[in-house]
Amino acid sequence: MCNCTDTLIPQIGVITDIRTETPDVKTFRVVGRDGKKLFEHMPGQCAMVSVPGVGEAMFSITSSPTNTEFQEFSIKRCGSLTDYLHDMTVGEEITVRGPYGNAFPVETALKGQNLLFIAGGIGLAPLRSVINYVRDKRENYGTVDILYGSRSMDDLVQLKEIQEEWMNTPGVNVHLTIDREQEGWEGHVGFVPAYLKELEFSTDKTVLVCGPPIMIKFTLAGLIEMGFDKTQVYTTLELRMKCGVGKCGRCNIGSKYVCKDGPVFRCDEIDELPPEY
Amino acid sequence: MYRVKKDRLTELFTSVSKVQDLFLPLRKCDQTNYGLWTPEETFDLDTLKTVKSAKDCFFPQSEVLYRCRKEDGKISIDPQQLCDRPFVVFGMRACDVKAVEVLDRVFLSDPVDSFYKARREHGTIVSMACHEPEETCFCRNFEIDPAAPGADVETWLTEDSLYWKPLTEKGEALTAAAEEFLEKTEDGDKTVEEEQTAIRGIVEKLPLSHLDLSRFKQENTMELFDSPLWEEMYKPCLACGTCTFVCPTCQCYDIRDFDAGKNGVQRYRCWDSCMYSDFTMMAHGNMRTSQMQRFRQRFMHKLVYYPANNDGLYSCVGCGRCVSKCPASLNIVKVIKKLGGEA
Repeated sequence: MCNCTDTLIPQIGVITDIRTETPDVKTFRVVGRDGKKLFEHMPGQCAMVSVPGVGEAMFSITSSPTNTEFQEFSIKRCGSLTDYLHDMTVGEEITVRGPYGNAFPVETALKGQNLLFIAGGIGLAPLRSVINYVRDKRENYGTVDILYGSRSMDDLVQLKEIQEEWMNTPGVNVHLTIDREQEGWEGHVGFVPAYLKELEFSTDKTVLVCGPPIMIKFTLAGLIEMGFDKTQVYTTLELRMKCGVGKCGRCNIGSKYVCKDGPVFRCDEIDELPPEY
Repeated sequence: MYRVKKDRLTELFTSVSKVQDLFLPLRKCDQTNYGLWTPEETFDLDTLKTVKSAKDCFFPQSEVLYRCRKEDGKISIDPQQLCDRPFVVFGMRACDVKAVEVLDRVFLSDPVDSFYKARREHGTIVSMACHEPEETCFCRNFEIDPAAPGADVETWLTEDSLYWKPLTEKGEALTAAAEEFLEKTEDGDKTVEEEQTAIRGIVEKLPLSHLDLSRFKQENTMELFDSPLWEEMYKPCLACGTCTFVCPTCQCYDIRDFDAGKNGVQRYRCWDSCMYSDFTMMAHGNMRTSQMQRFRQRFMHKLVYYPANNDGLYSCVGCGRCVSKCPASLNIVKVIKKLGGEA
């Protein structure tokens, strides 16, 4: 009989649904063998997903904790593990361990606030967890604006949910944009930071930004220009991780470990770190 | 204080090794390194520094975490049995003993690493004073006293005897188990005191014993990080990672899979090095693309980041292994001197 229950030892997860979101993003629904949720988490937290023999990597949990049935991961195909995952089918097993890291302060700093979510591409994955959490606890928050952009209309993740559910939630405004003109697209065209300025949001909002580093950089600059303070803006950092518990050393920046002290940081906290992200 | 005659050490080791695993500095292939001792092996208590530290005894260079099998589409996970056998590590020097404290703060902090914890619980450390500290030693800067190396039992080796002083419960237990070889000594304290005075005298005069660490503080993080001196210093670095592998406090690790075919997949962890270019590589890029950045990370971590999280404790114990092993003659002493404003 084994005497070990280390955090590095994963649970077994069963894939119960796979949705093709874009040409290179799929959303995987995962439960334990008993059909129940693997663990409880908070929005912004991550988990280590693995296929034994192929690899293990950290992914943000895109489903909301308010979902009592399962966890979901939106995964972009960009390496050997994600390639393998994309070829898997419903019913197959993977391993999952977690949840790891901190979360967006949905029960503290964000409570009662007007919220502005800004996402680029697959960056919607961690924010979707918060957005659905906020939608399910609508009375705890003020206005909700969601600005989401991708390369093309085919690259917008969770488009069906956005159009059918988010756009129909009272007090939630969704602003979509794509980088270039495309046949069949009648919405806004242009990069996220540019659209942000056009939208002229009032500065009474708390902002949650997630996306490619370059998008975050210009979005943050745009927000500051619009009069937002860095203490109003939260984002997530993404670094290589192996252990998930601040010991393997990989995601260390300054005195922080992104897996443990992050991935969520307020932008003024990031300023105190050496710029290695 | 106890004493065992030097010529009875083999008997003592034989007796201990019958009931526990005994790790000793072993002489093999012209090198001395810690290894599991059996009477056929040659132990070497004279070499001051083993090539690798005793880190392996608690955090092995490679260890299996669990095994996975997949049968009929079902995954099964078989975690590795934790260490459940008592063992003794004999002969650890003061620097390596202190390094265990540095590792403890990483692996025993929440969430506790069960693999490491089990080894720490089952291991008894017998330290040994450094009677002939070397020029590459600089432990004094980290408030380490090689004349009183600490741990569960501390020992001093003289020409004909080993003086033995238990310091903890584990140390007392080992002392009781080795009773037939240990004789109580009246004059032992005096002999040890003389040895200690001699050792401390040598240490004071070592060339690297008086480094200025005062600038390595959390509040200077950005100033140190942005120093143009990194660019000057890193250039000879070959990114070989030797410094990290011989370092008693380096604890970065990788987790990888070994596909053992019919025997399933072994997921193991192994030492890794922040000096390697793929250490931080991700699908969307690499945050440390140059060797300068990786070089800087290693020393900033040891001298600034780690202390910031650990009550000012440096993640360097001044063992000097990196000083003697770096093929490009780079080392933490050069960094401390240069960034510390000394040279």
